[in-house]
Amino acid sequence: MKEKAVIQGFVKNLKARKRTGLVWHVVFQASTVVGIIALIALMLNVIDGAFGYVAYEARVDPDTLIVDGMPVEDQNKEQLVALLQSTLSSGAYNKLDNEKSFVDRSREEVYQLVVERIIKPKVVQVWKLWPSLTQADEIRATVAQDHPGAELDFVSWLTYDFVSRPQTSEPLTAGVRTAIFGSLWTILFTILFAFPVGVGASIYLEEYASDHWLNRIIQTNINNLAGVPSIVYGILGLAIFVRALEPLTSGEVFGLVDPTTANGRTVLSAGLTLGLLVLPIIIINAQEAIRAVPRSLRNASYGVGATKWQTVWSHVLPNAMPGILTGTILAVSRAIGETAPLVVVGASTAISFDPSSPFSKFTTLPIQIYQWTSRPQDEFRSLAAASILVLLVLLLTLNASAILLRNRFSRRY
Amino acid sequence: MAEIVMKRVNQDKKPLNLRRRARLGETVIQALLFFSGFFSIFTTIGIVYELGKEALLFFQMPEFNFIETLTSVEWKPHVGKFGIWPLLNSTMMTTLIAMAIAIPLGLSVAIYLSEYSSPRVRSVLKPVLEVLAGIPTIVYGYFALTFMTPVLRELFGRDVVQIYNTGSAGLVMGILILPLITSMTEDALSAVPRSLREAAYAMGGTKLEVALQIVLPAALSGIAAAIIIGISRAVGETMIVAVAAGAGPNFTFNPFVGAETITGHIVRISGGDLSYDSVDYNSIFALGLFLFFTTLFLNVISQAVVRRFREVYE
Repeated sequence: MKEKAVIQGFVKNLKARKRTGLVWHVVFQASTVVGIIALIALMLNVIDGAFGYVAYEARVDPDTLIVDGMPVEDQNKEQLVALLQSTLSSGAYNKLDNEKSFVDRSREEVYQLVVERIIKPKVVQVWKLWPSLTQADEIRATVAQDHPGAELDFVSWLTYDFVSRPQTSEPLTAGVRTAIFGSLWTILFTILFAFPVGVGASIYLEEYASDHWLNRIIQTNINNLAGVPSIVYGILGLAIFVRALEPLTSGEVFGLVDPTTANGRTVLSAGLTLGLLVLPIIIINAQEAIRAVPRSLRNASYGVGATKWQTVWSHVLPNAMPGILTGTILAVSRAIGETAPLVVVGASTAISFDPSSPFSKFTTLPIQIYQWTSRPQDEFRSLAAASILVLLVLLLTLNASAILLRNRFSRRY
Repeated sequence: MAEIVMKRVNQDKKPLNLRRRARLGETVIQALLFFSGFFSIFTTIGIVYELGKEALLFFQMPEFNFIETLTSVEWKPHVGKFGIWPLLNSTMMTTLIAMAIAIPLGLSVAIYLSEYSSPRVRSVLKPVLEVLAGIPTIVYGYFALTFMTPVLRELFGRDVVQIYNTGSAGLVMGILILPLITSMTEDALSAVPRSLREAAYAMGGTKLEVALQIVLPAALSGIAAAIIIGISRAVGETMIVAVAAGAGPNFTFNPFVGAETITGHIVRISGGDLSYDSVDYNSIFALGLFLFFTTLFLNVISQAVVRRFREVYE
């Protein structure tokens, strides 16, 4: 009798236990779905901002620029140059001519100048993609009512022109070329500095270091540095590279001071700061790659009389290289997305020329996104969304190449 | 030919020396490698020395009063008011909101991935989380300002929620930290041996009971470490708060109004033309040093937790 009661109690209990189990299963699954929804919302939000209707007004009515019955967009290059010459002040015209001679400019480039300098379209309102698709009629009605002189176009803010144009203060003609080059220049110095030092440090720690207190401190220190907030590296970079090493980072000691540069706030300073930031990540990843090379390979090398360095150079490094490169690419993609340290190091906010040397002023893609996002006007948010897409494509390419590298060269022992 | 060789050997009277020879090249290379390894120590020394030096100038200013710093709720360095609370309070608020999102969600996702999901689902979901972790924080900042804030304003009313607010920054920061906590927790859960789970199943435990009462406690040290690292990440997170949390120190407990965190303050101050040796310049070093030691402390604790409480299985 008693046994039966126990079993019945157990069975009754079992139902409740299974129900609780089911409820929590749903909770766990729902959390995962929430995470995925967050990622999708993030992506859709960026895409939503990067396309849509834009209403703009020309400051100079293109109809007043008709020559011989031809509207501006049909005129040939000579006519456009003449138009520029007659409309702009001679100083402004000569400045443009000095930047790049009008003889060398293509018709398209001259037309761009006419649009930028004379017609000067001004954005009056922008709409995101979703309202543009669902409420197109309302938008047209609003524009016709509020801004009768305005043109309404459905635009993609992300175009080839956007990628290839330098930054300007006019949203319709702004581009990210300056920022892309700034990012690439900065990353170049990050890699030049952090890759050799990082790989060297990992070889030392894995192959040479004995269990000495100093080596243990080095290892602990690297692990801790990996957790230091990036902005602290920015402050360090400001103190050391921008200020203390200013003669070096501004190119003064080499006699190469860029005429445009402001003190030590250069590509070189930014690259080295990011280098310090990713160094611990590169070291930790490279250590793992080196650790994965089997002992037997080293012993075989020693067995035929190789020295330590010969063993490392000819056997350990070639076998660990795919892992080291994968880790480095991941670290570099982290560096490309970093914003905070570069703001502190002193990225320039408004420059329209590409960096040309390590001692140039710079701006980078994330900095550009930050600048545009912080502007209150919607058109700059759209520009920010378009540049986020550029940045994400860049990062995706890097990460995909890291994965390819890992799959192509990964070995199992 | 052979005779010549023999002759050579005989001429060389010294016995063959098999001891390790000193090779200059090897020594130089080892020195270079040691220098690379030691470089990270320079970085730490650099951080402590450079930040400490400028911070000291800040602390030595005649207007600076340590007790006032800890008690005042006004941060206006220009007029000699150095109350740390407005900045510290908003940092703690964004961190708290972020962790309120990231801890329950992160643990749930980790338990789902490690205990419930099929290998196929996991092989799809883990890369998704990695993508989430690889997105630059400025993109999250954009997301907070252009998505989360409008959503909050719709939900709670435009009069209640300001355009810049710590709530939206905190929520998005939670999404940012979610993959970090998930992947560290998942690693800890996967490290718990199968035999433990099987023993529990053999005793009649349901899946949930096994997950929560057997696996979770066994992985507790790893989970605690993940949470502490998450907090450290939230304290140091910069771009989300710089974009979405508002400019200007503000001592408030209301998550719907703008308030500047420590990191946000540093970014805003240094974004303009910062002149050397000004109050602002020195203050960012003091704040940076504070951030450095806070996160260092959290990281050290997390490592200690792992060492101290790790359950080691055969």
